[in-house]
Amino acid sequence: MSASVERGADLTTPLASRRLARLRRFDLVGLAVTLITLAAAVLWAFPLYWGLVTTFKPEYEIVRPGVQLWPEHFTLENYLHVLLQTKIGLWYVNSLITSGAVTIIVVMMSAGAGYAISQLDFPGRRFFWWMILASFMVPVSALIVNHFILMSQFRLINTLAGVVGPQLVYGPVTVIIYKQFFDSVPKDFREAAVMDGSSELQLLFRIYLPMNWGVTTALAIITFIGAWNQFLWPFLAISSEDKMNITVGITQVHDAFGVSYGRDLAVAMLAAMPVAVIYLIFQRRVTQAIMLSAGIKG
Amino acid sequence: MLRSKRSEYTTAAILMAPFVVIYGVLFVYPTVKMVQLSLTNAPLIGAGTWVGLDNYYRLASDRLFSVAVWNTVYFVILSVVPSTLVAMLVALGVNRLKGWTQSVVLAAFFLPYILPVSVVFRIWSWMFDKDFGIAQNAVQLFNNGQHLSIFRTIPLFMPAVAFVTVWWLLGFNVLLFIAGLRNISTEIYEAAGLDGASRWAQFTRITWPLVWPVTVLVFTINLILQLKIFDQVYLFANGGRVGATMVMVQYIYLAAFQVNKGGLAAAAAVVLFVLIVVLSVLQFQLLKARGAR
Repeated sequence: MSASVERGADLTTPLASRRLARLRRFDLVGLAVTLITLAAAVLWAFPLYWGLVTTFKPEYEIVRPGVQLWPEHFTLENYLHVLLQTKIGLWYVNSLITSGAVTIIVVMMSAGAGYAISQLDFPGRRFFWWMILASFMVPVSALIVNHFILMSQFRLINTLAGVVGPQLVYGPVTVIIYKQFFDSVPKDFREAAVMDGSSELQLLFRIYLPMNWGVTTALAIITFIGAWNQFLWPFLAISSEDKMNITVGITQVHDAFGVSYGRDLAVAMLAAMPVAVIYLIFQRRVTQAIMLSAGIKG
Repeated sequence: MLRSKRSEYTTAAILMAPFVVIYGVLFVYPTVKMVQLSLTNAPLIGAGTWVGLDNYYRLASDRLFSVAVWNTVYFVILSVVPSTLVAMLVALGVNRLKGWTQSVVLAAFFLPYILPVSVVFRIWSWMFDKDFGIAQNAVQLFNNGQHLSIFRTIPLFMPAVAFVTVWWLLGFNVLLFIAGLRNISTEIYEAAGLDGASRWAQFTRITWPLVWPVTVLVFTINLILQLKIFDQVYLFANGGRVGATMVMVQYIYLAAFQVNKGGLAAAAAVVLFVLIVVLSVLQFQLLKARGAR
């Protein structure tokens, strides 16, 4: 709007006409930048598209020279084969169980600890808060050796519980975020509920959690995606094929398929599907959670 | 009053307990044990005797460890610098778009970030496949028309893995930059535009000073993240000459799980641990200094 007003006034003076010229050039540069951005986006997404489209081609088409952007003979044979001939179903279930367990435990314990640190007064409150802030900086992957020793002492190596355990130490970030959100709940709510005779636990479940439902969803989604995508620890903790997570299974049991590009990629696409679908559905929540965990409230 | 104080303590104890137990058992205890283990000659599982700082001296003279450190640093440089710069450019471009175009374009850059590493590995093994990979069309141009096995050519290994990593993780950085750019009010640009400030002047005088702190944040987050590189390097190097492309976490893995030297592995882990904690403290100070200003 301001541009059109300006344009009207511009016609009267030479200075303004120079400005108009600049405005035109500005738009041309802007258009170029937009086109470059769009081209870059297409280029960036291309490997994903190429991987996906390859899975729908029969093998002879995959290895044919030349670039063929769409299958000539559309086939689901690659998917059928990996679904029927490999243990992918089992790996899926293992991934669902372990990622689900990590998500539930992390969210529950973080909500509790976040609430206690934010709203309750108890000895050691500041100590725990500083510990949590400090552990933000600690590299969990440096602990793999001792996690392995610890889990084998608990006899949890090569069990799903053993996969879950060490992943729970990613909790501190979630506690920090919960604490910040509980801090910003107005005190009036609390006082009113205390007058009505609510206990502290009731306050948490009736006021603080419901008021921050969005945060809980965001944190749950991102914790789940993170657990699903874990590679290093599930790779170390599990040795038998039946207990592998999907991310590990698809890289370790490669030879079982025989060499087939279509099947290798089909199994990868199946492994990616849950997180991709979650992201596409909850795009806003996922980006919100990522910014929160990077320390930017957005 | 006293009674309610006591009930408050009880509630706090109940709520804190799960976190404190898990944190203590799975984090504090392993960290202490790691330092202890690094001072012994124990195998992965089993007892060992105290050897003082021997494991650390051994690391200092172990050629493979220095290769691992060097490769890690090399990888960090190759991945962190481009991913910060490219992310800023992409964010500047994406930020100009409006409505659904912006969401779609952002999704195109962000989607790779949420994929598991093994999927990224599969996709790029296929892209670069020596016989049938589509990227070989580009490789041919630089290699006298010959196909080249990128991940089996040692000098190309780290740059190629860094390239794939930048592709994979860029979306995260783009997101942080966009958050930073959105904090700049459009009024500043309008005012600058009315004053006749050129596009370049607007960038250097308004955008850059305000985006600079985000750049520091993105750079340091990536730096700390990439020091822990393992997954991609392990997957792409598997079956090749692993020794030449060794990184630090991989050295820990090798020492602990393949040659069964728990003490040595723990010492390497302590080195990595200290390195990252020091960098994190520096980052924290840097960001705090910015916040105070």
